[in-house]
Amino acid sequence: MKTENLIELIVQDSAPRWSFGRIVWHATVYGVIAAAGVFFLGVGFRSDISSALRSVRFLFKVLVALTLAVGAIGAVFRIGRPDAALERWSWVLAVVPAVLVCAVGLELVAVPEASWMGYLVGHNARFCLTLIPLLAIGPLIFLIMALRLGATTKPKLAGALAGLSASGIAATFYTFNCTDDSPLFVATWYSIATFIVVVVGYFAGDRLLRW
Amino acid sequence: MNGWKLGEDWAELMRAAISGDANAYRRFLVSVTPSLRSMARHRCRSAGASESDVEDIVQEVLLAIHLKRDTWEQSRPIGPWIAAIVRNKFIDALRRRGRQTAVPIEDVMDTLGIEHEDAHVSHREIDRLLMQLKRQQREIVQSISIDGGSVRETADKLHMSEGAVRVALHRGLKALAALYRGPHHEDRESH
Repeated sequence: MKTENLIELIVQDSAPRWSFGRIVWHATVYGVIAAAGVFFLGVGFRSDISSALRSVRFLFKVLVALTLAVGAIGAVFRIGRPDAALERWSWVLAVVPAVLVCAVGLELVAVPEASWMGYLVGHNARFCLTLIPLLAIGPLIFLIMALRLGATTKPKLAGALAGLSASGIAATFYTFNCTDDSPLFVATWYSIATFIVVVVGYFAGDRLLRW
Repeated sequence: MNGWKLGEDWAELMRAAISGDANAYRRFLVSVTPSLRSMARHRCRSAGASESDVEDIVQEVLLAIHLKRDTWEQSRPIGPWIAAIVRNKFIDALRRRGRQTAVPIEDVMDTLGIEHEDAHVSHREIDRLLMQLKRQQREIVQSISIDGGSVRETADKLHMSEGAVRVALHRGLKALAALYRGPHHEDRESH
Protein backbone atom coordinates (compact mmCIF):
# COMPACT_ATOMS: atom_id res chain seq x y z
CA MET A 1 0.00 0.00 0.00
CA LYS A 2 1.35 3.38 -0.94
CA THR A 3 1.38 6.12 1.65
CA GLU A 4 -1.07 8.22 -0.36
CA ASN A 5 -3.51 5.30 -0.34
CA LEU A 6 -3.12 4.95 3.40
CA ILE A 7 -3.90 8.66 3.81
CA GLU A 8 -7.07 8.22 1.75
CA LEU A 9 -8.00 5.26 3.91
CA ILE A 10 -7.47 7.25 7.09
CA VAL A 11 -9.52 10.19 5.81
CA GLN A 12 -12.44 7.81 5.18
CA ASP A 13 -12.44 6.71 8.82
CA SER A 14 -14.55 9.52 10.17
CA ALA A 15 -16.03 7.72 13.17
CA PRO A 16 -17.27 10.30 15.66
CA ARG A 17 -14.95 10.46 18.61
CA TRP A 18 -14.68 11.69 22.15
CA SER A 19 -11.86 13.95 23.23
CA PHE A 20 -9.47 12.33 25.64
CA GLY A 21 -10.45 14.78 28.38
CA ARG A 22 -14.07 13.75 28.09
CA ILE A 23 -13.08 10.09 28.30
CA VAL A 24 -11.14 10.64 31.54
CA TRP A 25 -14.03 12.63 33.01
CA HIS A 26 -16.41 9.79 32.37
CA ALA A 27 -13.97 7.21 33.71
CA THR A 28 -13.61 9.26 36.89
CA VAL A 29 -17.37 9.53 37.38
CA TYR A 30 -17.87 5.80 36.77
CA GLY A 31 -15.01 5.02 39.12
CA VAL A 32 -16.50 7.14 41.88
CA ILE A 33 -19.88 5.47 41.36
CA ALA A 34 -18.26 2.03 41.53
CA ALA A 35 -16.42 2.91 44.75
CA ALA A 36 -19.61 4.45 46.20
CA GLY A 37 -21.48 1.24 45.38
CA VAL A 38 -18.96 -0.88 47.24
CA PHE A 39 -18.91 1.60 50.13
CA PHE A 40 -22.67 1.79 50.65
CA LEU A 41 -23.32 -1.90 50.04
CA GLY A 42 -20.41 -3.43 51.89
CA VAL A 43 -18.57 -0.88 54.06
CA GLY A 44 -20.84 1.86 55.40
CA PHE A 45 -20.36 4.84 57.72
CA ARG A 46 -18.74 4.63 61.14
CA SER A 47 -21.34 4.67 63.90
CA ASP A 48 -20.13 7.99 65.36
CA ILE A 49 -20.11 9.82 62.03
CA SER A 50 -22.08 12.85 63.30
CA SER A 51 -19.61 13.62 66.07
CA ALA A 52 -16.68 12.78 63.81
CA LEU A 53 -17.77 15.52 61.42
CA ARG A 54 -16.89 18.03 64.16
CA SER A 55 -13.43 16.61 64.82
CA VAL A 56 -10.45 18.36 63.28
CA ARG A 57 -8.49 15.14 62.97
CA PHE A 58 -11.30 13.50 61.01
CA LEU A 59 -11.80 16.46 58.68
CA PHE A 60 -8.07 16.65 58.09
CA LYS A 61 -8.03 12.98 57.12
CA VAL A 62 -10.85 13.49 54.61
CA LEU A 63 -9.16 16.56 53.18
CA VAL A 64 -5.83 14.76 52.66
CA ALA A 65 -7.51 11.83 50.88
CA LEU A 66 -9.55 14.21 48.72
CA THR A 67 -6.48 16.25 47.79
CA LEU A 68 -4.70 13.07 46.77
CA ALA A 69 -7.64 12.06 44.57
CA VAL A 70 -7.96 15.46 42.89
CA GLY A 71 -4.22 15.87 42.31
CA ALA A 72 -3.75 12.38 40.92
CA ILE A 73 -6.81 12.53 38.64
CA GLY A 74 -5.61 15.91 37.35
CA ALA A 75 -2.28 14.28 36.55
CA VAL A 76 -4.04 11.42 34.73
CA PHE A 77 -5.67 14.00 32.41
CA ARG A 78 -2.18 15.10 31.42
CA ILE A 79 -0.16 11.88 31.44
CA GLY A 80 -2.50 10.27 28.89
CA ARG A 81 -1.29 12.65 26.21
CA PRO A 82 1.99 12.11 24.36
CA ASP A 83 3.15 15.67 24.96
CA ALA A 84 2.35 15.36 28.65
CA ALA A 85 3.58 17.85 31.19
CA LEU A 86 2.22 17.32 34.68
CA GLU A 87 2.57 21.02 35.53
CA ARG A 88 0.66 22.14 38.60
CA TRP A 89 -0.63 18.65 39.32
CA SER A 90 2.74 17.45 40.50
CA TRP A 91 2.63 20.32 43.01
CA VAL A 92 -0.77 19.30 44.27
CA LEU A 93 0.54 15.76 44.68
CA ALA A 94 3.65 16.97 46.50
CA VAL A 95 1.42 18.84 48.97
CA VAL A 96 -0.11 15.57 50.25
CA PRO A 97 2.97 13.97 51.84
CA ALA A 98 4.20 17.39 53.00
CA VAL A 99 0.94 18.12 54.82
CA LEU A 100 0.92 14.60 56.26
CA VAL A 101 4.43 15.03 57.67
CA CYS A 102 3.44 18.35 59.26
CA ALA A 103 0.34 16.76 60.78
CA VAL A 104 2.39 13.90 62.18
CA GLY A 105 4.73 16.47 63.75
CA LEU A 106 1.83 18.33 65.37
CA GLU A 107 0.35 15.06 66.60
CA LEU A 108 3.64 14.06 68.21
CA VAL A 109 3.65 17.38 70.08
CA ALA A 110 -0.03 17.16 71.03
CA VAL A 111 -0.22 13.66 72.45
CA PRO A 112 2.01 12.13 75.15
CA GLU A 113 4.77 9.82 74.02
CA ALA A 114 3.21 6.88 75.83
CA SER A 115 0.19 6.81 73.49
CA TRP A 116 2.08 7.24 70.22
CA MET A 117 2.21 3.54 69.51
CA GLY A 118 -1.44 3.08 70.37
CA TYR A 119 -2.49 5.76 67.91
CA LEU A 120 -0.17 4.44 65.23
CA VAL A 121 -1.37 0.85 65.46
CA GLY A 122 -5.01 1.90 65.86
CA HIS A 123 -7.87 -0.55 65.57
CA ASN A 124 -8.50 -0.79 61.85
CA ALA A 125 -5.12 -1.42 60.23
CA ARG A 126 -6.27 -4.65 58.66
CA PHE A 127 -9.49 -3.09 57.33
CA CYS A 128 -7.52 -0.14 56.00
CA LEU A 129 -5.17 -2.41 54.08
CA THR A 130 -7.98 -4.48 52.57
CA LEU A 131 -10.84 -1.99 52.11
CA ILE A 132 -8.84 0.74 50.37
CA PRO A 133 -7.56 -1.65 47.67
CA LEU A 134 -11.05 -3.15 47.41
CA LEU A 135 -12.70 0.25 46.96
CA ALA A 136 -9.97 1.17 44.47
CA ILE A 137 -10.61 -1.74 42.07
CA GLY A 138 -13.46 -0.03 40.20
CA PRO A 139 -11.82 3.37 39.76
CA LEU A 140 -8.53 1.71 38.74
CA ILE A 141 -10.20 -0.37 36.02
CA PHE A 142 -12.06 2.63 34.59
CA LEU A 143 -9.00 4.90 34.64
CA ILE A 144 -6.76 2.28 33.00
CA MET A 145 -9.42 1.78 30.33
CA ALA A 146 -9.48 5.54 29.75
CA LEU A 147 -5.70 5.72 29.53
CA ARG A 148 -5.73 2.92 26.96
CA LEU A 149 -7.69 5.27 24.71
CA GLY A 150 -5.05 7.91 25.31
CA ALA A 151 -1.45 7.87 24.17
CA THR A 152 0.93 8.01 27.07
CA THR A 153 4.64 7.87 26.43
CA LYS A 154 5.21 6.77 30.04
CA PRO A 155 3.06 3.65 30.54
CA LYS A 156 4.39 2.73 33.98
CA LEU A 157 4.07 6.25 35.39
CA ALA A 158 0.60 6.57 33.85
CA GLY A 159 -0.46 3.28 35.43
CA ALA A 160 0.96 4.33 38.79
CA LEU A 161 -0.93 7.64 38.60
CA ALA A 162 -4.13 5.76 37.79
CA GLY A 163 -3.43 3.66 40.89
CA LEU A 164 -2.82 6.80 42.94
CA SER A 165 -6.09 8.32 41.71
CA ALA A 166 -7.98 5.12 42.46
CA SER A 167 -6.58 4.92 45.97
CA GLY A 168 -7.34 8.62 46.48
CA ILE A 169 -10.98 7.98 45.61
CA ALA A 170 -11.00 4.78 47.71
CA ALA A 171 -9.36 6.46 50.71
CA THR A 172 -11.81 9.36 50.58
CA PHE A 173 -14.68 6.92 50.97
CA TYR A 174 -12.87 4.79 53.51
CA THR A 175 -12.21 7.77 55.81
CA PHE A 176 -15.95 7.80 56.55
CA ASN A 177 -15.76 4.23 57.83
CA CYS A 178 -12.43 4.22 59.63
CA THR A 179 -12.46 5.38 63.27
CA ASP A 180 -8.71 5.88 63.51
CA ASP A 181 -8.28 9.59 62.94
CA SER A 182 -4.76 10.15 64.23
CA PRO A 183 -2.32 11.42 61.60
CA LEU A 184 0.04 8.74 62.92
CA PHE A 185 -2.40 6.07 61.73
CA VAL A 186 -3.22 7.81 58.46
CA ALA A 187 0.41 8.43 57.52
CA THR A 188 1.26 4.78 58.18
CA TRP A 189 -1.63 2.59 57.04
CA TYR A 190 -3.26 4.75 54.40
CA SER A 191 0.16 5.15 52.81
CA ILE A 192 0.79 1.42 52.74
CA ALA A 193 -2.67 0.77 51.25
CA THR A 194 -2.07 3.47 48.64
CA PHE A 195 1.30 2.00 47.83
CA ILE A 196 -0.29 -1.40 47.15
CA VAL A 197 -2.74 0.11 44.65
CA VAL A 198 0.00 2.21 43.02
CA VAL A 199 2.14 -0.89 42.49
CA VAL A 200 -0.79 -2.71 40.88
CA GLY A 201 -1.36 0.32 38.64
CA TYR A 202 2.32 0.47 37.75
CA PHE A 203 2.39 -3.09 36.46
CA ALA A 204 -1.02 -2.78 34.79
CA GLY A 205 0.26 0.32 33.00
CA ASP A 206 3.40 -1.45 31.87
CA ARG A 207 1.31 -4.23 30.35
CA LEU A 208 -1.74 -2.37 29.08
CA LEU A 209 -0.78 1.17 28.18
CA ARG A 210 1.62 0.70 25.28
CA TRP A 211 0.31 1.71 21.89
CA MET B 1 12.95 22.04 15.37
CA ASN B 2 13.26 23.60 11.92
CA GLY B 3 11.10 20.93 10.30
CA TRP B 4 8.01 22.30 12.05
CA LYS B 5 7.70 25.66 10.35
CA LEU B 6 4.18 24.87 9.21
CA GLY B 7 3.06 24.12 12.77
CA GLU B 8 0.55 26.95 12.75
CA ASP B 9 -1.25 25.72 9.62
CA TRP B 10 -1.20 22.15 10.86
CA ALA B 11 -3.00 23.10 14.04
CA GLU B 12 -5.68 24.91 12.05
CA LEU B 13 -6.12 22.01 9.64
CA MET B 14 -6.26 19.49 12.47
CA ARG B 15 -8.86 21.54 14.33
CA ALA B 16 -11.01 21.57 11.20
CA ALA B 17 -10.37 17.86 10.73
CA ILE B 18 -11.46 16.99 14.25
CA SER B 19 -14.69 18.90 13.74
CA GLY B 20 -15.37 16.72 10.70
CA ASP B 21 -13.76 18.44 7.69
CA ALA B 22 -12.37 15.55 5.61
CA ASN B 23 -10.63 17.80 3.10
CA ALA B 24 -8.78 19.64 5.84
CA TYR B 25 -7.78 16.28 7.28
CA ARG B 26 -6.43 15.12 3.92
CA ARG B 27 -4.45 18.35 3.53
CA PHE B 28 -3.06 17.98 7.02
CA LEU B 29 -1.89 14.41 6.44
CA VAL B 30 -0.44 15.16 3.02
CA SER B 31 1.39 18.20 4.33
CA VAL B 32 2.80 16.48 7.42
CA THR B 33 4.04 13.39 5.56
CA PRO B 34 7.19 14.87 3.95
CA SER B 35 8.38 16.07 7.35
CA LEU B 36 7.72 12.65 8.85
CA ARG B 37 9.61 11.08 5.97
CA SER B 38 12.70 13.22 6.36
CA MET B 39 12.71 12.62 10.11
CA ALA B 40 12.33 8.89 9.52
CA ARG B 41 15.19 8.90 7.01
CA HIS B 42 17.41 10.81 9.39
CA ARG B 43 16.63 8.51 12.30
CA CYS B 44 17.06 5.33 10.24
CA ARG B 45 20.47 6.53 9.09
CA SER B 46 21.69 7.40 12.54
CA ALA B 47 20.35 4.09 13.92
CA GLY B 48 21.90 2.11 11.10
CA ALA B 49 18.51 0.83 9.92
CA SER B 50 17.75 0.16 6.30
CA GLU B 51 16.56 2.93 4.00
CA SER B 52 13.71 0.67 2.90
CA ASP B 53 12.21 0.87 6.40
CA VAL B 54 11.60 4.61 6.11
CA GLU B 55 8.22 4.44 4.40
CA ASP B 56 7.01 1.66 6.71
CA ILE B 57 7.75 3.85 9.71
CA VAL B 58 6.07 6.85 8.09
CA GLN B 59 2.93 4.77 7.58
CA GLU B 60 2.97 3.51 11.14
CA VAL B 61 3.30 7.07 12.43
CA LEU B 62 0.45 8.31 10.22
CA LEU B 63 -1.78 5.58 11.58
CA ALA B 64 -0.83 6.49 15.16
CA ILE B 65 -1.50 10.19 14.53
CA HIS B 66 -4.91 9.23 13.20
CA LEU B 67 -5.93 6.89 16.01
CA LYS B 68 -4.59 9.13 18.78
CA ARG B 69 -5.61 12.52 17.37
CA ASP B 70 -8.03 13.11 20.22
CA THR B 71 -5.18 13.28 22.69
CA TRP B 72 -4.10 16.57 21.12
CA GLU B 73 -5.38 19.46 23.19
CA GLN B 74 -6.57 22.02 20.69
CA SER B 75 -5.35 24.97 22.72
CA ARG B 76 -1.79 23.65 22.61
CA PRO B 77 0.75 23.78 19.78
CA ILE B 78 0.53 20.70 17.60
CA GLY B 79 4.27 20.44 16.79
CA PRO B 80 5.34 18.97 20.15
CA TRP B 81 2.38 16.58 20.04
CA ILE B 82 3.38 15.24 16.62
CA ALA B 83 7.01 15.08 17.70
CA ALA B 84 6.08 13.02 20.76
CA ILE B 85 4.10 10.53 18.66
CA VAL B 86 6.94 10.30 16.16
CA ARG B 87 9.50 9.71 18.90
CA ASN B 88 7.40 7.00 20.53
CA LYS B 89 6.80 5.18 17.25
CA PHE B 90 10.44 5.44 16.13
CA ILE B 91 11.72 3.95 19.35
CA ASP B 92 9.29 1.04 18.92
CA ALA B 93 9.96 0.54 15.24
CA LEU B 94 13.74 0.64 15.53
CA ARG B 95 13.76 -1.67 18.53
CA ARG B 96 11.63 -4.14 16.61
CA ARG B 97 13.94 -4.00 13.63
CA GLY B 98 16.88 -4.59 15.94
CA ARG B 99 15.17 -7.72 17.15
CA GLN B 100 14.32 -8.84 13.66
CA THR B 101 17.91 -8.87 12.45
CA ALA B 102 18.17 -12.33 14.01
CA VAL B 103 15.52 -13.49 11.51
CA PRO B 104 16.75 -13.44 7.92
CA ILE B 105 14.48 -10.80 6.45
CA GLU B 106 14.95 -12.18 2.92
CA ASP B 107 12.97 -15.25 3.89
CA VAL B 108 9.99 -13.13 4.78
CA MET B 109 10.36 -11.08 1.64
CA ASP B 110 10.55 -14.23 -0.50
CA THR B 111 7.31 -15.64 0.81
CA LEU B 112 5.72 -12.27 0.31
CA GLY B 113 6.93 -12.20 -3.24
CA ILE B 114 5.36 -15.56 -3.95
CA GLU B 115 2.08 -14.56 -2.36
CA HIS B 116 1.71 -11.38 -4.36
CA GLU B 117 3.43 -12.16 -7.59
CA ASP B 118 0.96 -10.23 -9.63
CA ALA B 119 0.16 -7.58 -7.07
CA HIS B 120 0.68 -4.08 -8.35
CA VAL B 121 1.25 -2.64 -4.89
CA SER B 122 4.66 -2.32 -3.32
CA HIS B 123 5.53 -4.84 -0.60
CA ARG B 124 5.30 -2.79 2.50
CA GLU B 125 5.05 -3.94 6.08
CA ILE B 126 1.44 -2.77 6.06
CA ASP B 127 0.60 -5.23 3.27
CA ARG B 128 2.02 -8.11 5.26
CA LEU B 129 0.00 -6.99 8.30
CA LEU B 130 -3.16 -6.60 6.24
CA MET B 131 -3.05 -10.33 5.57
CA GLN B 132 -3.53 -10.90 9.30
CA LEU B 133 -6.75 -8.89 9.52
CA LYS B 134 -10.15 -10.52 9.62
CA ARG B 135 -11.39 -11.21 6.11
CA GLN B 136 -14.12 -8.61 6.09
CA GLN B 137 -11.93 -5.87 7.56
CA ARG B 138 -9.25 -6.68 5.01
CA GLU B 139 -11.72 -6.53 2.13
CA ILE B 140 -12.95 -3.16 3.26
CA VAL B 141 -9.48 -1.73 3.82
CA GLN B 142 -8.33 -2.99 0.44
CA SER B 143 -11.41 -1.82 -1.37
CA ILE B 144 -11.00 1.71 -0.07
CA SER B 145 -7.22 1.99 -0.26
CA ILE B 146 -6.48 0.20 -3.52
CA ASP B 147 -9.62 0.81 -5.54
CA GLY B 148 -10.03 4.26 -4.04
CA GLY B 149 -13.70 3.79 -3.28
CA SER B 150 -15.64 5.78 -0.73
CA VAL B 151 -17.36 4.19 2.25
CA ARG B 152 -20.66 4.25 0.39
CA GLU B 153 -19.28 2.62 -2.75
CA THR B 154 -17.61 -0.05 -0.64
CA ALA B 155 -20.86 -0.68 1.21
CA ASP B 156 -22.71 -1.14 -2.08
CA LYS B 157 -20.01 -3.40 -3.46
CA LEU B 158 -19.93 -5.67 -0.40
CA HIS B 159 -23.70 -5.53 0.20
CA MET B 160 -23.24 -4.03 3.64
CA SER B 161 -24.70 -0.99 5.35
CA GLU B 162 -22.61 2.16 5.39
CA GLY B 163 -22.51 2.08 9.16
CA ALA B 164 -21.18 -1.48 9.21
CA VAL B 165 -18.42 -0.52 6.75
CA ARG B 166 -17.51 2.48 8.90
CA VAL B 167 -17.25 0.34 12.02
CA ALA B 168 -15.26 -2.37 10.25
CA LEU B 169 -12.90 0.19 8.75
CA HIS B 170 -12.26 1.77 12.14
CA ARG B 171 -11.68 -1.62 13.77
CA GLY B 172 -9.45 -2.65 10.90
CA LEU B 173 -7.25 0.41 11.37
CA LYS B 174 -7.04 -0.20 15.12
CA ALA B 175 -6.14 -3.83 14.49
CA LEU B 176 -3.44 -2.76 12.03
CA ALA B 177 -1.93 -0.41 14.60
CA ALA B 178 -1.91 -3.27 17.13
CA LEU B 179 -0.27 -5.61 14.59
CA TYR B 180 2.55 -3.12 14.05
CA ARG B 181 3.47 -3.57 17.68
CA GLY B 182 3.98 -7.23 16.92
CA PRO B 183 2.76 -10.45 18.53
CA HIS B 184 4.62 -9.69 21.74
CA HIS B 185 2.63 -6.59 22.55
CA GLU B 186 -0.51 -7.48 20.71
CA ASP B 187 -3.57 -6.86 22.81
CA ARG B 188 -6.82 -8.44 21.87
CA GLU B 189 -8.78 -5.29 21.41
CA SER B 190 -12.41 -5.96 20.88
CA HIS B 191 -13.77 -2.44 20.75
